[in-house]
Amino acid sequence: MTTLVTPAPVRTETPPTRPRTGNRIGRVLGYLAMVVASVAVLLPFYWMVVSSLKTNNEVFTIPVTWLPSKPQWEHYVDIWTRSDLTTWLGNTVLLSVVVTFLQVLTGSFAAYGFSKIRFPGRDALFLLYIGTLAVPWQSYMIPQFVLLSKFHLSDTLWSIIAIQAFGAIGVFLMKQFYESIPDELVDAARIDGMSEFGIYRRIMLPLSTPALASLALLTLVNTWNDFLGPLLYLRSSNLWTIQLGLRTFISQYSAEYALIMTGSVLSVLPIVVIFLLGQRYFVEGVATTGLKG
Amino acid sequence: MTRGRNTVLGWSFLLPNFAGFAVLTMVPVVLLFYYAFTTWDIFGGAEWSGLDNARQMMHDASFWTALRNTLYYTVFHIPLTLVASLGLAVLLNKRLRAVAFFRTVAFFPYIASIVAVAQVWNMLFSPGYGPVNAVLRAVGVDNPPGWTTSADWSMPAVIVVGTWREMGYFMLIFLAGLQTVPGELYEAARVDGANAWQRLWAVTLPCLRPTTFFVVVMLTINSFKVLDLILVMTNGGPGQSTLVLAQYVYRKGFEENQFGYASAVSVVLFLLCFLVTVVQFAVNRRREA
Repeated sequence: MTTLVTPAPVRTETPPTRPRTGNRIGRVLGYLAMVVASVAVLLPFYWMVVSSLKTNNEVFTIPVTWLPSKPQWEHYVDIWTRSDLTTWLGNTVLLSVVVTFLQVLTGSFAAYGFSKIRFPGRDALFLLYIGTLAVPWQSYMIPQFVLLSKFHLSDTLWSIIAIQAFGAIGVFLMKQFYESIPDELVDAARIDGMSEFGIYRRIMLPLSTPALASLALLTLVNTWNDFLGPLLYLRSSNLWTIQLGLRTFISQYSAEYALIMTGSVLSVLPIVVIFLLGQRYFVEGVATTGLKG
Repeated sequence: MTRGRNTVLGWSFLLPNFAGFAVLTMVPVVLLFYYAFTTWDIFGGAEWSGLDNARQMMHDASFWTALRNTLYYTVFHIPLTLVASLGLAVLLNKRLRAVAFFRTVAFFPYIASIVAVAQVWNMLFSPGYGPVNAVLRAVGVDNPPGWTTSADWSMPAVIVVGTWREMGYFMLIFLAGLQTVPGELYEAARVDGANAWQRLWAVTLPCLRPTTFFVVVMLTINSFKVLDLILVMTNGGPGQSTLVLAQYVYRKGFEENQFGYASAVSVVLFLLCFLVTVVQFAVNRRREA
């Protein structure tokens, strides 16, 4: 607040129209920045899609061609026979669904314990959860790998489920939301004789659909895009996810630029569609975890 | 309700998540500090070797290169992403048409798969025929950089992609923070005759301090742990020009099977993140006091 008191230059003679012109300049600048930023953000995606429709020779030309001379739609047919895309997508969908289900279930369950039931040690335990959010996975991936290998889970899809499904982020996000639900509501239900599980199931879950949707979307996108987990754990090619498969495809067919871009488009497309459908929840999830983290 | 009953109830709600969390996160973190003091190769189990790993690290040129490169990435990635995301957020906070569209678009890089994104950027950065250099030549740069094929320019290329990827995410967090700035403050500043630039420095930035603080902490950790981007874009090369700490852990552990030594390097990564977080919290607390 003190900064506000520091004397701002006094311009008594400023005509009242002045702020409006300033506003107009701001608007123009705003639009300009938005156009530049949109181009910077979208150009790589445009390049990806356009290159997937070009012939290999056409991808790199001087000068750069921004449109294919004749769209090669058959790339989108060929890629299914030239690669194991079906297997990769199948594994990825399976993992994404299972991980998301488990994360939402265990996360919301634990969040209820953290926010609506008082017991000794609860807050210390929650601090521990939060603390690990600052610990990068990269720093404990080795002992985690050793551990999961001892359980004979490495090179199975279970390994990815295990490392992804119990993240602290789910507990954190759901707890933030549950805190906004008044305790009186829960107490009233208790007085009516409802069990804790009943309260969770019939009051908290229905009330928290937006938060559940946020968490589900964030988890789904994370699992779909995870490259490091599968890289470490999934050695057998029949277990590969889309990220790992695409990576191998790129190194095997390094000169097949167009097909590589086709595979890239197909790996990004489902996530873009899901994001567009659930954008509101996605954005809310990010804002919640971001603001109060 | 009694305390005891509550404890049982509370724990039964936590248990499904906590069991997984304890076994898969807490136990590995504790084990890390044990493995770091062991020698361990693929043939045997972990053998206590005291400070051998630490001594080896001191004389390991590759380790120091990885550390230096990580700091290089961090020093540029943080301010670039911060300025880009904050700038975009401030501009988008105005009631302009098409803001909703841009908010959506700005998020695409963050949700797009890193493998696809890295591949596209590698093609864009292709020295001979890539569009980036084509544009540079068109504006009169005769000898554009070799980007990912050049030891000097591969790290800048990685930093560009890292910033491109994360700025939409942090922009969103800043936008959420901007919602909390009271409108009256702007009115008051306007009455005092402050122009847009002065309002930014006197109202917006001070009010955004908690958000900025969070973003800087996140950006620091994100920079220290950068791995997937490097693996798919340059794999540390050319030479060791983009070898970073997390990748060195990966190399030593999963490519050379030296789990003990890799754990020792992991501890450095862990402590870096931990220290920076603690220092940033302390500084922030003192500033607010």
